[in-house]
This record gives sequence, C-alpha cells and structure tokens, in this order.
Amino acid sequence: MSSIGTGYDLSVTTFSPDGRVFQIEYAAKAVDNSGTVIGIKCKDGIVLGVEKLIPSKMMLPGSNRRIHAVHRHSGMAVAGLAADGRQIVARAKSEANNYDSVYGDPIPVKELADRVASYVHLCTLYWWLRPFGCGVILGGYDRDGPQLYMVEPSGVSYRYFGAAIGKGRQAAKTEIEKLKLADLTCRQGVIEVAKIIYGVHDEAKDKDFELEMSWVCEESNRQHEKVPEELLEEAKTAAKAALEEMDAD
Amino acid sequence: MDQVDFNAPHSMGTTIIGVTYNGGVVLGADSRTSTGVYVANRASDKITQLTDNVYVCRSGSAADSQVVSDYVRYFLHQHTIQLGQPATVKVAANLVRLLAYNNKNNLQTGLIVGGWDKYEGGQIFGVPLGGTIVQQPFAIGGSGSSYLYGFFDQAWKEGMTKDEAEALVRKAVSLAIARDGASGGVVRTVIINSEGVTRNFYPGDQLPIWHDELEAHDSLLDIIGAPEPMTT
Repeated sequence: MSSIGTGYDLSVTTFSPDGRVFQIEYAAKAVDNSGTVIGIKCKDGIVLGVEKLIPSKMMLPGSNRRIHAVHRHSGMAVAGLAADGRQIVARAKSEANNYDSVYGDPIPVKELADRVASYVHLCTLYWWLRPFGCGVILGGYDRDGPQLYMVEPSGVSYRYFGAAIGKGRQAAKTEIEKLKLADLTCRQGVIEVAKIIYGVHDEAKDKDFELEMSWVCEESNRQHEKVPEELLEEAKTAAKAALEEMDAD
Repeated sequence: MDQVDFNAPHSMGTTIIGVTYNGGVVLGADSRTSTGVYVANRASDKITQLTDNVYVCRSGSAADSQVVSDYVRYFLHQHTIQLGQPATVKVAANLVRLLAYNNKNNLQTGLIVGGWDKYEGGQIFGVPLGGTIVQQPFAIGGSGSSYLYGFFDQAWKEGMTKDEAEALVRKAVSLAIARDGASGGVVRTVIINSEGVTRNFYPGDQLPIWHDELEAHDSLLDIIGAPEPMTT
C-alpha cells in the first residue's frame, strides 16, 4: 500500500468495500488489450476468427496459434495471455477426453463450456492463484446443432449468436449485429468475419497481424478444422477490397 | 434332497432377449432364479429400469447384475441432471460396459441394454461377460439363448412391427423355457418406443406348448394318477 490503490486490489480473495474483486477486473483488462477475437454462429455451423498481432517480423508465419482444437467437434479461440489460454485448452481437452471415455459419446458443447468455466472460475477463489488473463470463445457441433460459447476470466460463460473480445470488440460487435446470421452459411461467414477483423485492425497503433480462422460446419463434416487455404485467401482479398472501398468513400 | 445347497449363490440361469423393431425395442426374459437345483424365485423380474427410456435385461449372478444396474442407474440419474436432458441408450450401455469391464475379474454377469432416445431411436446393446459392448439389431443371452440362435437366424426380420416383435420374443422365451432347465416360470416383456414404456406379463399356463411338453396342471397329482385320498 505504498502509494497507489486502496489495498483491496492485491488479492482475489478480498472484496473491496463496494463489493468488487479488482484482480478479476485487472484480468479482464489483459483480455481487452489483446488482438480481436470473433466467433459467429451461422445457419450451418460456427466460424472463429482471430486478429493475431505479430510481435516480430522474424517470427515464422503460423506460429503462436490462438485457435486450438479441443475435440473432434469443437475448437477454442483465445484472447489475452496466450500461455494462460493454452492451460485452459489443455484442461478443455482433458475434460472432453474424460467425458468421451466415461460416456462413449463426444461431450456436448454446453457441458464442455460449463466445465471450462468452472475451471476458470476456480482460479478466482484462492489467494495462491491468479485469475486467467484470457477469455476464450468456444465453438462446437453436437447433436443439438452448432453452438457458440464465451468464457471470461471471471468464470462466467454465456451462449451467443455472435461474440467478440479483445481490442476491437465494440466495433466488431456492432458489425456482427448487422449480419443476418440465420441466413448466412459458414462459407459466407468466413468472408464476413475476415472483413470485420480487417476492419477493426488499428493500422496506426498496432503492428502487423495474421488472420487465423477455423470453422465447425456441415462442409467440414461437423469437425473443427482450419478454414481451407483457398477460402482464407479469398476472404483476405475480399476484406482488403472492402477496406479500400471504405477508404475511397 | 441331500445335495441341495440352499446357501449357494443365487444365479439366473436365464433366457433374455432384446429385439429392435421399426419404432423401438422389445425386451424379454423368463423369470427363474435358482440356487443350484432349487428354484429360489419362480416369478423374478430380470428386466430392470435404468432411466425412463432405458431398461436392462440381466443374466448370470443375481447379486452381480443387480449391483451393476444399481450403479448405472445412479450414474445415469446424475448425468441426466447434469445435462438437463434424458440420457441416450448409448451412454447407458457405455456405463454398463465400463463397470463390467473394470470389474471383470469379480463379476459373473451378462447384460442386454435396450431403450429408445430421440437421436437414434430404438437400440439394443449387448454387454457379455468380459465387458465388450456390441450394438446389435437383436441380442439374446443367458443359458437359454443357446437354444435360440438358429431360431433367431431364421425368424428375425428387419423392420418388424411392434406386435410381430413382441410375438417373436414371447415365442423365443417360451421355446427356451421348454428346452433349458435353468429357465422357466413366466415370460415378461418390456416395450420401449417414442410413446413410452409398456410392460407385459405372460403366465406360464398361457404360453404355447412345444414338443414333449406337458399341459399346465394345478397339481402334479393330476398327472401321475395318485390314488384318491384315503377315506375312512
């Protein structure tokens, strides 16, 4: 308590007098400064997209992936501290495998989201732990169709039609709201997500970025896969064209 | 009567059957539970409920099959609450398999899991002694089943109606009862489909009489022609 703060922001196990847990809010800050991560639910599946900021030009393209496979039918996109994200992905994978071996069926997306959320929440309950500095968007396909969830550092998880976290989330969310998600196929969704990511990227402030995309849909046989190379290229071209058109206006 | 050991473990020398038809499944079983040569229960129920929509036919040791189905019922109940929707037949069968396999050295029981769910419709899974799991259009088990393989190869047809399937199960169990000394008593059936569950009961004297079988009688004295009771 040397000079700043009230002293109520050092531990996750202490509430401030007005009922807040500052450590969790700081963790959320770590997510807010990250590259934008988007997930949308189209009529035939889920599309995930990440604006992966490149810290160095010497880094190999495709390294430090922010979209991970969890199970055959689900994947996760991470915003915030990438290393924390990998911890969550590892837990999600083990939950999915465990469910599969006990029940002989792939884990339902809702159940997976609930278990991941419980794990994330667990880290906000003990003084010797620090909350995760990342939020994840979880997309998957089960017998009840495609589903999209977002889990925040506080451990809450909600189901969404479209979700965005990271730097450009506000702008991204307004763009997602304009989409007709009920009529959109994933193939079209990929283009739209690419346009949004390129749109919200702040060229002046930020370094270069790499567009990382995955989907779980009928076209990918309900499996979580990277978006095919030619479609990704098509999406990038469309996104750049849309940007130039905007600049011209 | 010298050799009768009443303390021998209860075991279900059994005939159990599960058959799929075009809208669900029919499960069937005899009702004999014996301790060695003594019939400990002649009207037992070997078709046990696991969830609203999944039942299991039990064979082998009565105790072992009961404890396995009790555990599976408990796990499925938990699972149903956790998911907020009914468990599927596959999940139920997989839990049975898990227990049967993990405890294979201590269990003497073969089970047939059958039921209906909204995703896959009516399904039958056989879980025999070692803990394998096999999905089958129909499954037969227990000591009486040896007498039925050929019959089922001939009589089972894809896409039967409910009534055809139940008639087949009833006929098969009664055939096995006729040949297998360890099966007997009555025939019980359970029919599971999208509408729900129906239980049927066919007493021994209403079953068909097969080759060399005797008519049902109230007393053995009627057939062995015992002398009239003594008169004073």
